[in-house]
Amino acid sequence: MNRVTLFSICASAGFLLYILEMVRRRKLREEYSILWLSGSASILVLSLKQDWLVVLAHAVGIVYPPSFLFLVGILFILLILIHFSIAISKLHQMNKKMAQEIALMKNKSSECGTASGGTE
Amino acid sequence: MEANPHRILVVLPAYQEERTIGGLVRSLRERYPYDVLVVNDGSTDGTSDAAREAGASVLDLPCNLGIGGAVQTGFQYARDRGYDTVVRIDGDGQHEVEDIPKVLEPILAGRADAVIGSRFLGETEYRGSIPRIFGIRFFRFLVNLTTGYRVTDPTSGFFAIDRRLIAFYSDHYPSDYPEVDAYILMHRLKARTVEVPVRMYERAEGKSSITAFRAVYYMVKVTLSYLINRIRRFG
Repeated sequence: MNRVTLFSICASAGFLLYILEMVRRRKLREEYSILWLSGSASILVLSLKQDWLVVLAHAVGIVYPPSFLFLVGILFILLILIHFSIAISKLHQMNKKMAQEIALMKNKSSECGTASGGTE
Repeated sequence: MEANPHRILVVLPAYQEERTIGGLVRSLRERYPYDVLVVNDGSTDGTSDAAREAGASVLDLPCNLGIGGAVQTGFQYARDRGYDTVVRIDGDGQHEVEDIPKVLEPILAGRADAVIGSRFLGETEYRGSIPRIFGIRFFRFLVNLTTGYRVTDPTSGFFAIDRRLIAFYSDHYPSDYPEVDAYILMHRLKARTVEVPVRMYERAEGKSSITAFRAVYYMVKVTLSYLINRIRRFG
């Protein structure tokens, strides 16, 4: 086993365990961990099973098989970033709705206060 | 003062306008029987108190949502309370309060569902900067090309809308720079739009929300969201 293979196995396995630990401690929600887990698992499997890596690399026309690992890594990072953008947009929308609801409710409750003779 | 039989609400979005908002609300209430709502978009100064003291209803947003989100909150308020017509004018004194009847007239006469005040119709003393004029020309072209509406002032924030648009905008209104986008929404609803000449002034206090750097972002963002709204489904 050469050094780069060993490094790749250690790094992806360590990463996988780290993500699992974060999920276990509830610091990372399951839905956000799926892409991280599948990304690191894919790289781990391809590092362990080098003949699979060679077959896959050749299938998409990559001459130097380890490049395929980079490709997999980059694709997962892109997916994760898109996922984040979507999640942020959703949060943005929810945040806006809540701010609007709060403003409308505050207005209503202050009106009730003045109507019933309260000093607000 | 007369009653408010048509149930008209004047909505003023305001952000850090403590020095101008009070006078503006007072002059509205002296002239018209309409209810006045100030949407305080997370100001940290005395905007909210100044508006309330002058006799407006006030919605205090807990954080700054941007102009579209603030105005939308005003539409939601109007929808919840059953107003027939909303007039939206700027809270910084850029729009001439005396021109409100002109903006309301086509709606009250049943000739239009949306009336937009244009600073370029009729006699105008408005002088914008070159990038701004270019932007306005571009949006005119874009609106005309995609909806067929012939508009002269596509970025005007001085307008009046009827119940149907109030309800629709309460659910769907763009977050920032909403005016151009709104044409797509109006087109979707097959709204009858009319432009009327109004007076607009350069801001007396503070800076315009559109600085030179933001102009480019504005163009790109509005064009993108405009074109996406064209192909979007509204549930």
